[in-house]
Amino acid sequence: MLLLACPWCGPRSEEEFSCGGEGHIVRPLASAEMDDAAWGDYVFMRTNTKGVHYERWCHANGCGRWFNIARSTTTNEILAVYQVGDNKPELPK
Amino acid sequence: MTAGKNRLESGGRIDRAQHLTFQFDGETMSGHPGDTLASALIANGVRVVGRSFKYHRPRGLMAAGGEEPNGLVRLRTGGRAEPNVRATDILLYEGLVAESQNRWPSLNFDLGSLNDRLSPLFPAGFYYKTFMWPANMWPVYEGVIRRMAGLGRAAETPDPDRYEKQYAHCDVLVVGAGPAGLAAAQWAARTGARVILADEGAEFGGALLGKAEEIDGGPALAWVAAIRGELAEAENVRCLPRTTVTGYYDHNALTMLQRVSDHLAEPEPGQPRQRLWQVRAKQVVLATGALERPLVLANNDRPGVMLAGAAQTYINRYGVRPGQKAVLFINNDSAYPVALDLARAGVKVAAVVELRAQAPLGWLSRLDEAGIEVMADRAVVAVEGKKAVSGVRIGKLNAARDSLVGGMGRRIDCDLVCLSGGWTPSLHLLSQSGAKLLWDAAAGCFLPGPIDQTAAQAVRVVGTANGGGNLQDCLDLGAEVGNSAANAAGHRRRGRGPRSPKAATTPDETPILPIWSIPQNGTSKAFVDFQSDVTAADLHLAAREGYRSIEHVKRYTTTGMGTDQGRTSNINALGIVAGALDVDIPEVGHTTFRPPFSPLTFGAVAGRRIGPLLDPVRRTPMHAWHQANGAVFEPVGQWLRPYYYPATGENMERAVNREVLAARTSLGIMDATTLGKIDIQGPDAAEFLNRVYINGWKGLAVGGCRYGLMLGEDGMVFDDGVTARLAPDHFHMTTTTGGAAHVLDWLESWSQTEWPELSVYCTSSTEQWAVASICGPNARRLMAELCPEMDLSGEAFPHMTWQSGTVAGIAAGIEARIFRIGFTGELSYEINVPAGYGPALWQAIMGLGEKYAITPFGTEAMHVLRAEVGFIMIGQETDGTVTPHDLGLGRMVSSKKDFLGKRSLTRADTMREDRPQLVGLLTDDPMIRVPEGAQFIAGSDASPPQTGLGHVTSSYYSPNLDRTFALGLLQGGHGRHGESIHIAYDGKAVRAEITVPRFLDPGEAAK
Ligand SMILES: [Zn+2]
Repeated sequence: MLLLACPWCGPRSEEEFSCGGEGHIVRPLASAEMDDAAWGDYVFMRTNTKGVHYERWCHANGCGRWFNIARSTTTNEILAVYQVGDNKPELPK
Repeated sequence: MTAGKNRLESGGRIDRAQHLTFQFDGETMSGHPGDTLASALIANGVRVVGRSFKYHRPRGLMAAGGEEPNGLVRLRTGGRAEPNVRATDILLYEGLVAESQNRWPSLNFDLGSLNDRLSPLFPAGFYYKTFMWPANMWPVYEGVIRRMAGLGRAAETPDPDRYEKQYAHCDVLVVGAGPAGLAAAQWAARTGARVILADEGAEFGGALLGKAEEIDGGPALAWVAAIRGELAEAENVRCLPRTTVTGYYDHNALTMLQRVSDHLAEPEPGQPRQRLWQVRAKQVVLATGALERPLVLANNDRPGVMLAGAAQTYINRYGVRPGQKAVLFINNDSAYPVALDLARAGVKVAAVVELRAQAPLGWLSRLDEAGIEVMADRAVVAVEGKKAVSGVRIGKLNAARDSLVGGMGRRIDCDLVCLSGGWTPSLHLLSQSGAKLLWDAAAGCFLPGPIDQTAAQAVRVVGTANGGGNLQDCLDLGAEVGNSAANAAGHRRRGRGPRSPKAATTPDETPILPIWSIPQNGTSKAFVDFQSDVTAADLHLAAREGYRSIEHVKRYTTTGMGTDQGRTSNINALGIVAGALDVDIPEVGHTTFRPPFSPLTFGAVAGRRIGPLLDPVRRTPMHAWHQANGAVFEPVGQWLRPYYYPATGENMERAVNREVLAARTSLGIMDATTLGKIDIQGPDAAEFLNRVYINGWKGLAVGGCRYGLMLGEDGMVFDDGVTARLAPDHFHMTTTTGGAAHVLDWLESWSQTEWPELSVYCTSSTEQWAVASICGPNARRLMAELCPEMDLSGEAFPHMTWQSGTVAGIAAGIEARIFRIGFTGELSYEINVPAGYGPALWQAIMGLGEKYAITPFGTEAMHVLRAEVGFIMIGQETDGTVTPHDLGLGRMVSSKKDFLGKRSLTRADTMREDRPQLVGLLTDDPMIRVPEGAQFIAGSDASPPQTGLGHVTSSYYSPNLDRTFALGLLQGGHGRHGESIHIAYDGKAVRAEITVPRFLDPGEAAK
């Protein structure tokens, strides 16, 4: 049961949130020009990271806002919480 | 009724002045407050408390605490009965009723014990071997095996008690209230930190309760009482006895089971039986103690064989004598005080059999004084007796300790055998937290590995769980760690650091001599896992058969898979498997510790969420009317919707037919409140809808309505509905009843994360509006009376538009939104009023509609009506694999703009012409209604194997057509109108004509 720090509400239990999967996947604008493989990659393919994973969460049963986190998939440590649209943050070594 | 023949004259933490009567297997006995069922049974001379799982061997109590593998009973009767409860965990109360398990017909004479003689039939993995052939007999074998090999019976009637859940936060959670845990809690609390101290037992003190230790020159339990008093006074401390920490989850979230009333026959008024806590702790201190291991030797399961520490606890804590004449067999120092305590309690200690070559000199002199013989460099090689221990055989092992030197040696008569094979730190919770355990060869156990305090799990381990030496070490480390955990949680105490009290000195410890099984000359069973009936021979067999991983050995032999999770057996099993494979223990590894640490009742897990509280129920404002008018309800998501309204004597079929006909011939009314409604506002609202729907929205005029389909990015339809433009920057979206929450989430995720440049706001308004949907040829006439100020002509108020107005007869000035939309193909109006006016609106319509014989209809009639005119139903015609084109709605797809899922519609796979496509179906026999889900097949022969060509998605009887009809998704169906296809179900094939998916044309009136 993760403890996630919603940027607007503070630390709350995982059950208040929904996970939106991997972050930083940008929707292609010129999709009509993409071949099936490239479009399929956007729609279906996700990384399966061991280590730092950048992912989207929504405080669904709270303020309803989306945000990003960096989480270690091995220890579940939350390494960063940052805004939608921000670049991947520098992480402490 | 006996007063307890094994009860000591004095001593123990029981109240001899009070007597408690209880029943075990129908026999009435007596005990005292402070007893457990286990100690009371021993006091009454009961030796056999159960039969073993597989071989039905007689078993007695082996432990005094939560590690007890044998003494499982069925506690209480009727709805309060609970199976598989450890007798050692049950506090005695007046009138307690318990019965032994796993025996038939009786504990003393059990037919199942034949299994012991037939044991060649039950080797490791016997499920997979003995009964495999002939295969068609397996169901018979399985039934027999399951009856013979099982644990307790569940209650047959509902549990009358209440179970609760509670959430808590704290700075420091201390798990275990033994000496280390008490010291930790004391010094954490003195910083002002919020502390929770939880312990399984009814009393704090842990191992001290079973020993005659001294602290600061007085009884250790006086020190315990003083701390208990200090903690009870402190407002920042919550003390929870009878509370087991059962799970350690991410980010220091822990679950605890508090047995609020299990020590009572019935809970006190207003009290739950159990309470499940969910705790979030900034810091966790594990003072979970250590569990003693038995030694694995021939017939080590005979009643009267007991862990040494357990025997000591029965004497010191409960004032009962577990035997008259004892032999101790040990490989470490911890059992020497046990020998002294036994002697002091009047038990004749025949011998201490010491596996090590030399008994520790410090202890030797103390035992000498007590007149107890110590036999060093010897082993107990077999236990004799059947329903009770009658004696032991002493032997000498060779240097490799894998065979006997000179065979079975001297016999010693005794009725109690105390085993101590060393101590296993209780690290289940630490392992659940994600921390690593490391094998310590010298200590012969796993110890906590290095814990990274900056990691997500802030946890520290103290006391014997940490491998912790003597009492002084436990007190010192406990105090220090309690203080530092509080510091880490942000609380600091002014003044000097923690000081510990002084424990009495004990002889220096001499190292343990780990040994995992004692060799024997015969083939007697030497048990490793008592609860799952796994022997050393079973583990050797698994190794011979090629099992290498301990996880596989565990599943194959079932070792460690009982309700005790192998508390007393895991390390012995590991040692034996490592020995058989000739590798070191770390190479074999340890099995994964999974929550819960102790069995949880279903009651505790469910809490108050049972019966009507299982899930929230949503009712529309008109629910009371539906109920009063005999509606049968159908759950749709969390909503309860009228399914149909049977008139007196009517069955469902006749009711639905009547409702369908009324809607087509005169006037029907349906409660459409449950449809999802989302209020969308903002200057970019139209652009936003353009991106989420497949069709165009910018051209929709204010006052207009449009039907839209939403796709996932994979191009598959997931929701639909009509959306109306209220103003240039304001839309009223409707969704399916079940999809409303998901659609809102979907809209939010895109507007927040991908299109933040769009100024648009989405708000759920489902519960703001009550909606009555009326339809039928008389709908306009009724509307003329309901909204007399409104021009209802086709030119002024055409199909797919909406108007604002007021409804006659309900509060003046209240805005109603009236949408000329529907789902039946008839002339329809959806009248939306603020939710509180729903009942008044409904009453008004019913009153005005009387002259048209207005007929309320439910969801089933609505389904028939919509299917007759070929309207799809999300979740019925769609299942997440269906595109707009598959549904025949390809013409809706805008070519002028991008929208979610658009590119997927031109993937090679979504363009295939042989995809399942929506068709209508008319069976040759007009009265056959094929079941929804039935498969299309190529020929007329339904016998397997078959290749499915699609399936029936909707199937009804139409009273308007006087025949059945169906919709289905058929491979390449769009090109097959006029052909026929066979539909397979119940082993037969029914022929049907493939048609366009529309069976009635919406009437002229709808225009
Ligand atoms: Zn929030």
